[in-house]
Amino acid sequence: MFKPPFVKSLLLAALLASPVAQAATAYVSNEKDNTLSVIDLETLEVTQTIEVGERPRGIILSKDRTKLYICASDSDTVQVMDLATHKIIANLPSGEDPEQFSLHPDDRRLYISNEDDALVTVVDTVSHEVLAQIEVGVEPEGMAVSPDGRWAVNTSETTSMLHWIDTETHELIDNTLVDQRPRHVEFTKSGDRLWGSSEIGGTVSIINVASREIIKKLNFQIRGIHPDKIQPVGVKLSADGKYAFVALGPANHVAVVDASSYEVLDYLLVGRRVWHMEFTPDQKYLLTTNGVSGDVSVIDVDDMKVIKSIKVGRYPWGVVTLE
Amino acid sequence: MQLSPYTIAFTGILKREFLRFIHQRTRFLSALVRPLLWLVVFAAGFRAALGVSIIPPYQTYITYETYILPGLCCMILLFNGMQGALSMVYDREMGSMKVLLMSPLPRSWLLFCKLIAIALLSLAQVYAFIALGFLVDVEPPLIGLLTVLPALLLTAVMLGAIGLFLSARIRQLENFAGVMNFVIFPMFFLSSALYPLWKMRESSEWLYWVCSVNPFTHAVELVRFALYAELNLEALLITAGTTLVFTVLALLGFNPEQAAHSKGR
Repeated sequence: MFKPPFVKSLLLAALLASPVAQAATAYVSNEKDNTLSVIDLETLEVTQTIEVGERPRGIILSKDRTKLYICASDSDTVQVMDLATHKIIANLPSGEDPEQFSLHPDDRRLYISNEDDALVTVVDTVSHEVLAQIEVGVEPEGMAVSPDGRWAVNTSETTSMLHWIDTETHELIDNTLVDQRPRHVEFTKSGDRLWGSSEIGGTVSIINVASREIIKKLNFQIRGIHPDKIQPVGVKLSADGKYAFVALGPANHVAVVDASSYEVLDYLLVGRRVWHMEFTPDQKYLLTTNGVSGDVSVIDVDDMKVIKSIKVGRYPWGVVTLE
Repeated sequence: MQLSPYTIAFTGILKREFLRFIHQRTRFLSALVRPLLWLVVFAAGFRAALGVSIIPPYQTYITYETYILPGLCCMILLFNGMQGALSMVYDREMGSMKVLLMSPLPRSWLLFCKLIAIALLSLAQVYAFIALGFLVDVEPPLIGLLTVLPALLLTAVMLGAIGLFLSARIRQLENFAGVMNFVIFPMFFLSSALYPLWKMRESSEWLYWVCSVNPFTHAVELVRFALYAELNLEALLITAGTTLVFTVLALLGFNPEQAAHSKGR
């Protein structure tokens, strides 16, 4: 007797819920607008703009992809947004001016670089407590935790070093000197290599994680663009291990690198001052945030072509995608 | 059956134009050299490696080479249209056109055939040019190569008609240098072929205005959109309208009665 209406409502709920759940979405932080832009990855259009804290920069997803962590730099906090409701549910004590951060594979410890204080703050996302503050070089910026969870690597822009932090003891174990102004680090999936960009040096260093030494340095040259403008920032490695993409800042190009031979294959023209990137969940597209032109360029990874640039807010900075 | 003399005239004229075309291989090459110089040398000197801002029909940032390709395609049509029309003037006075015009068929038909013949041969040059564009990484979508065909044909007829109209009306323009200075250059430079019109507007409002009433601008935009499989309706209407007006005016100009009438006056 009760079954039919119950089943019906269940079906209806499933019908209503499925398009929302299946349409892949991108979230982009707009540094100057204090907002996030939500992009529908089917139509490649902005569907929503959400107000968040001041100067949102780095953004990352929780491992279960239900929460978004936002570095609200000028609010001196890391905000936690519930992705189902788009409401801020917590403000984490991040230390001053959080810019980039990385989540430990345990889904609890968040490693945050505090640009103004030369510190890395470790926050427990469950208890909301600061677990440690580690002194690093001047102007810490990039942050990455190794896939096995052993290392947290921070880059300091002025000291031009990569700082290796042991995640057990929260102590700084080693430093690797790289070219000027390291901005971003990214571990390979296997965790045995680390890619780090140097903005002023104009290079990307590939580091052997076991020895913490540079094994290869990449240089970039684009015909018709002055070398000073080639400033590598964001680095993204494709899941299949074939390619690395390097965002070249004011050169308005993304370099495509063969991840095994380290050869630069191509340069793709995107918007102005490109900084960070993210793949769509199916790895079909790579999204780039172009700060000065205020848009997100979409690269078709199979064709290696830029297919569209989507207008978002002012100075887009970080980007994440989810199913 | 009744149409057959018309068809014979058309194929005859087309065949003749085609023969002339393959006999003058240098003309074919020189028609390619001009736009290639723009594409390779001028665009390199312009140094827009950092990208041209997004304007429709482009979905993202493009290189300057990509931007000027449709304009250069139209440039080929512009030179060929004007050259073809001028050669017709000489032909009429001393060459084969004189024989042709003795045909009992209406002159309007013969001229129309000639216009279409010139247009079709110009298209071959445009496609050769687009193919060379792929060498410098200007790669419009392949479907665009098909959709651009009607746009190119209409543009070719429009420019041929304008050329024909001018050659019939303005005697002083009979030498090509005059046409270059007073028709081809102004039409080409005062258009969206080399720079987006918003850029023109930033420097001068009246130049922008002149550019936007120039039918060549609309032909370029029609071709630009068609090359990306899109229709720019406004550009199509203006180009088609201009084609119609100048075709009628050109045919009137070549009408012997009309000519005799105006001479008598």
